[in-house]
Amino acid sequence: MSSDKVSTQNNTLKSDKNALGEDYCLELNGGEILIQALLDQNVEAVFGYPGGVVLGVYDVLFKNPQLRHILVRHEQGGTHAADGYARATGKVGVALATSGPGATNTVTGIATAFMDSIPLVVFTGQVPSSMIGNDAFQEADIIGITRPITKHSYLVKHPDELGDVIKEAFHIAAAGRPGPVLIDLPKDMLFSKGRYYPNRTPRFRGSYRIKQDASKAISSAAALLAQAQRPLIYAGGGVVSGNAWEELRELAYKTGAPVTTTLMGLGAFPESHSQSLGMLGMHGTWAANMAIQECDVLVAIGARFDDRVTGRVADFSPKSKKIHIDIDPACINKNVHVEVPIIGDVKTILPELTRLVPELETREWYREIEHWKATHPLRYQQSGDDIAPQYMIQKISELTKGEAIVVTDVGQHQMWAAQYYQYNHTRSWITSGGLGTMGFGFPAAMGAAVGCPGRPVVAIVGDGGFQMTSMELATAVDQKIPVIIAIMNNGYLGMVRQWQELFYGKRYSSSDLDASNPDFVKLAEAYGAIGMRAKTPEEMHNAIQQALQVNDRPVVIDIWVRKEENVYPMVPPGAAVHEMVDTPD
Amino acid sequence: MTDPEIPSAESSHILTIKVSNSFNALARIAGLFSGRGFNIDSISIGESERPETASCTITTHGDTRIVEQITRQLDKLVDIEEVSDLTNEPHVSRELALIKVAAPPETRSEIMQIANIFRSNIVDISPATLTIEITGNRNKVDACIGMLRPFGLKEVARTGMIAMPREYQGSV
Repeated sequence: MSSDKVSTQNNTLKSDKNALGEDYCLELNGGEILIQALLDQNVEAVFGYPGGVVLGVYDVLFKNPQLRHILVRHEQGGTHAADGYARATGKVGVALATSGPGATNTVTGIATAFMDSIPLVVFTGQVPSSMIGNDAFQEADIIGITRPITKHSYLVKHPDELGDVIKEAFHIAAAGRPGPVLIDLPKDMLFSKGRYYPNRTPRFRGSYRIKQDASKAISSAAALLAQAQRPLIYAGGGVVSGNAWEELRELAYKTGAPVTTTLMGLGAFPESHSQSLGMLGMHGTWAANMAIQECDVLVAIGARFDDRVTGRVADFSPKSKKIHIDIDPACINKNVHVEVPIIGDVKTILPELTRLVPELETREWYREIEHWKATHPLRYQQSGDDIAPQYMIQKISELTKGEAIVVTDVGQHQMWAAQYYQYNHTRSWITSGGLGTMGFGFPAAMGAAVGCPGRPVVAIVGDGGFQMTSMELATAVDQKIPVIIAIMNNGYLGMVRQWQELFYGKRYSSSDLDASNPDFVKLAEAYGAIGMRAKTPEEMHNAIQQALQVNDRPVVIDIWVRKEENVYPMVPPGAAVHEMVDTPD
Repeated sequence: MTDPEIPSAESSHILTIKVSNSFNALARIAGLFSGRGFNIDSISIGESERPETASCTITTHGDTRIVEQITRQLDKLVDIEEVSDLTNEPHVSRELALIKVAAPPETRSEIMQIANIFRSNIVDISPATLTIEITGNRNKVDACIGMLRPFGLKEVARTGMIAMPREYQGSV
């Protein structure tokens, strides 16, 4: 009661318009409603690119500089940047593109966000309503194209609808299991007058409705866990998106159960803690993968039993009874059968579970775990003047004291960045886990830097992936975004080469980039960024230290690493998790 | 999946869906089935008791896990208000078919007798054809089409099943 009163008073003080209540109405054109509604949603930044049908919006933006618009150099970079912003801040990311090719360029970014459950609202221009379906200039059925990769989408035909649609879209993007929402804006709608009710809350249709009471399932889970002798917590991206890392820690600390995280869950549990086993899965640690096969009760939290985690699914964690906490009912029993499903928000469920479980007797279990850790640690050789790629990651971890936001592309460097950077904070590890999008890293890092000014942001990318979106250097220079781009340059599409070495008889088909790679230092300088090259450990150390001092522009560090290093441990495709191959000594 | 606890036998299921009355909603439903590799045996959709809402009936098949996935994935769509699996509940289901069959004078009366047995209506006649309208559950429609096939089917159009739960579920 009392808190209601306070918030009402605050709102009244904040702005007069709120005193006018739900009937307060503005007569604006569609473009103005769009910008006003974004300001009312407290949007800090829009990553966009203009074009024919959205010029009306850009005209309104010109007159409203209080809404920061970041001009990207390709619409794919726009959606990735909005995605990186959302992952780093926990807020909804916003991207804007014109119709046709502008809209289709956003597709990879939308699919990336969809696979990793990231809240985005993407606005696309559309040809005038009367011309839709006529194969007009720059027309694409973007609603149709993106239907399988959005949570929901809207074609707004009248500006009267726009305000409510935007409110609903922000709600849907963030509610339940988050995801991208697309709003298609025909040109004529943007120019015609409509009514915008800033204070009206539309009746949100929920894609997310908790239908059952979880308390019974929670007691069953607690009873099961209480009997465990070899418990294991397997935490995924849902702990990050549900902001439940503290609740996870409390469960882990009270029970004493060891914790492994997925690629998406890195940072949800501090890796410096003795209960941490690090990452599991295809390139997970030996201890984590053995533990998942040997545990007797597995508690999956906000994770989806992805094929990169389960290996051969028939032999996944065969000795365990499984508890699965997830906000998305469709994730339950999708890949792996579980005994106790709990559907709901991890943030509310974990404390209830923690309250009901006792401290577990796990000394025997930890003896086994310590044995695995001691006999099969993550390891590599660093000697002489060349740079082991793993050493590069460790050095970045050390020099940033584990406090940077690390953003990656996809491939070997991504796996090493997952293994060798020590993540102790949540939302400090940003990677395209589900879709595996090369070219994601650098633009997503820009978005993270925009959302978290003052924190060091390091994009760890490969020489292949960086070239897919390197044009965003212009954006970062233009907007003075201080991102460090650490290129792990081995002259190969490293993960492709690794698979070709191991499974395709060393036939390196189309994976050798060395001869055709550009001079990345000159490339950086051509854009007005700082470029540095490091070929020895000492040069690398100095370059990273220098780069960390820069706060007004991007820095590209071209780090030449040992060329034919492989990522281990590795669960070979089709194998069970415990059949993983460790680093050859 | 080799888990013994999950029955793997495939069976037919009848799903009824309350969904907002828009083309985009129908496209999302159909796209979900094609995109995730689910089966649609029949689909029918039309306005419900409220003009802003459509009622959609889908018949599909798969094992328990697949059908559970289908209903849960459907349930996530923002446009969908409610999904029910009527398969194991008392329900009424009907399908309508129009069957144009070759009917020269020498077989015409025999065809009319068959139509009569199925309590179907003859809705069009020409010197060489009869068009029969039949309503019933899918088995009845299948049986009727099967009986008429030897006479020469010219054209068949079926609505797909529509279904709703029975209101009085106790014993009489």
